[in-house]
Amino acid sequence: MNYRHIKKFALLAAIILSAVVSHFSGGWNQYHLLIIITIGINIVLAVSLNLINGYTGQFSLGHAGFMAIGAYVSAYLSTEYGANFLRLFGGHAGALAIALLFLGVLILGGIAAAVAGLIVGVPSLRLKGDYLAIVTLGFGEIIRVIIQNTDAVGGARGYSGIANYTTLFWTFALAAVTIYVVVSLIDSTYGRGFLTVRDDEIAAEAVGINTTRYKVVAFVLGAFFAGIAGGLYAHINNSINPQGFDFQVSILIVTMVILGGMGSTPGVVLAAVVLTLLPEFLRWFAKSDLLDWLVRHAYQFLSPEHFAVAAAKTKELFESRMILFSILLIALMLLRPQGLFGALPRRKASR
Amino acid sequence: MPLLDLQHCTVRFGGLTAVSALDLQIGAHDLIGLIGPNGAGKTTVFNIITGVYRPTSGSIAFDGRPIGGAKPNVIAGRGIARTFQNIRLFATLNVFDNVRAAFNLRCKHGLAHALWRTPAFYREEENIERQVMELLDIFDLGRHRATLCSSLSYGDQRRLEIVRALATKPKLLLLDEPAAGMNPTEKEALTRLIRQIKDRFDIAVLLVEHDMKVVMSICERICVLDHGTKIAEGNPNAIRRDPKVIEAYLGEAPANV
Ligand SMILES: Nc1ncnc2c1ncn2[C@@H]1O[C@H](COP(=O)(O)OP(=O)(O)O)[C@@H](O)[C@H]1O
Ligand SMILES: [Mg+2]
Repeated sequence: MNYRHIKKFALLAAIILSAVVSHFSGGWNQYHLLIIITIGINIVLAVSLNLINGYTGQFSLGHAGFMAIGAYVSAYLSTEYGANFLRLFGGHAGALAIALLFLGVLILGGIAAAVAGLIVGVPSLRLKGDYLAIVTLGFGEIIRVIIQNTDAVGGARGYSGIANYTTLFWTFALAAVTIYVVVSLIDSTYGRGFLTVRDDEIAAEAVGINTTRYKVVAFVLGAFFAGIAGGLYAHINNSINPQGFDFQVSILIVTMVILGGMGSTPGVVLAAVVLTLLPEFLRWFAKSDLLDWLVRHAYQFLSPEHFAVAAAKTKELFESRMILFSILLIALMLLRPQGLFGALPRRKASR
Repeated sequence: MPLLDLQHCTVRFGGLTAVSALDLQIGAHDLIGLIGPNGAGKTTVFNIITGVYRPTSGSIAFDGRPIGGAKPNVIAGRGIARTFQNIRLFATLNVFDNVRAAFNLRCKHGLAHALWRTPAFYREEENIERQVMELLDIFDLGRHRATLCSSLSYGDQRRLEIVRALATKPKLLLLDEPAAGMNPTEKEALTRLIRQIKDRFDIAVLLVEHDMKVVMSICERICVLDHGTKIAEGNPNAIRRDPKVIEAYLGEAPANV
């Protein structure tokens, strides 16, 4: 055993762990399982977007678009052709045949998203900062509108009847692969090229780095994994619809990347976990006795009629989770502008 | 045949002619100074040599082949390295990685190798690491290898930028005002450093510098630009006495000349 193999070893360990945990997850509360799988999907999304936005410094707001492509392509393939594929294995299509089918459609969904990444990436190379953000945001919306008008996948009504292939194993094994790919890539002379593009394009080119190539690779690879995440998402929900991939999803993933500290993979993973759990926590909190208790004590000095109004308003605030969610985010940004794991030092003004 | 050959290069930005019909030849072992008042077009000359801009007219050949229209990274690969007037280091990378970035050019491994991490990948990485450390040690930056480059002293940052440029293994090194912002001691150290580079790496150097003392003491030949036009070229003594040069610098730097 050589220290060099530590990354591969960790990947293998993570995959085995996912399989073991998944094996015992049968009896778990379905709602909790869904949240855990959502965490895994969000890790794939955030870590892959981090390659584009964090490491390469390209502000993309199109991740939901890539995710949508992966979701629809994989769902369409597994739903329309899955049965035919499984028939190849004779009457008794076992777990292995299903695994093969699922992995296959996930990868095809990822490839379709990667092609879209190439198509968006190339013209975006001339754009920087806000302009790139606007173009990629527009791209995501265009994808959504195209899907809405494609009858083959149900249009605005959505596409349903998707098999429930996504398991805890697939989600976390693929999250581990995503992390492995990004981390190994960055930890190489080749991969450090992404960071030079972020830091100073002109200097990067002056030392012979093909910045154009790096940006395209970042977009293609990031889009591929977003597509995979889309496939996982599609196969945990019986149906998907275009609204599920609107720009708010992109913004949520961007938030994870920023909160995690642009270019810090552990930070981004942590942010994906926190931001997935936070709304669930707030949902629970709004209904909990704890909130009742807090309200009773906080407003005890108020007259009964004032108390009733204040208590109702407070509960309302907590029930509209998104407002609180936003407030918490703003607070975090103010307190830790460099993100939870902040890898980026503050830039010194140039002399 | 000169290593670098600029023929009648003109650069216009809208109505402004930044460089006008410039001829400049640099031999493979030359150390040449390019001087002139602020706004004379010196940095613009660097930018057309390195492919940041294309000359509006004229031609540039390097190593016997034209470089017209090539992208900066391709030109760097052909053997021209540069530093910048305003230091441009990779701010979020440490000293080691700043220099390592310059090996990207020769790096044989790509995405697949970085992911598979084959023995060949590790061999190449070790080889690169050894070369980076060698360079850092030559320039006395080895002990800072893990330091974030933005926390280096100003003089060290300038030096690191030169090391990074050298790491591309250039045939021609372009230095844009490397002494700017330095105190007299640092300037003297820089002068020694440039000589050392010349001797040790045996490459051509084109030096843009505002400080006359630095230029006069190390350059074999000096080219003087004023408003984009070459007004004089020759050895330091001839340049010092040239009336056109004195006039161009009138009121700006007679004390330095
Ligand atoms: N990208 C640009 N666009 C417009 N004008 C420029 C540009 N770059 C340089 N210039 C102008 O060209 C002239 C020469 O600039 P420069 O080469 O930077 O001078 P120097 O380096 O000798 O001080 C200046 O007048 C400058 O304002
Ligand atoms: Mg200049």
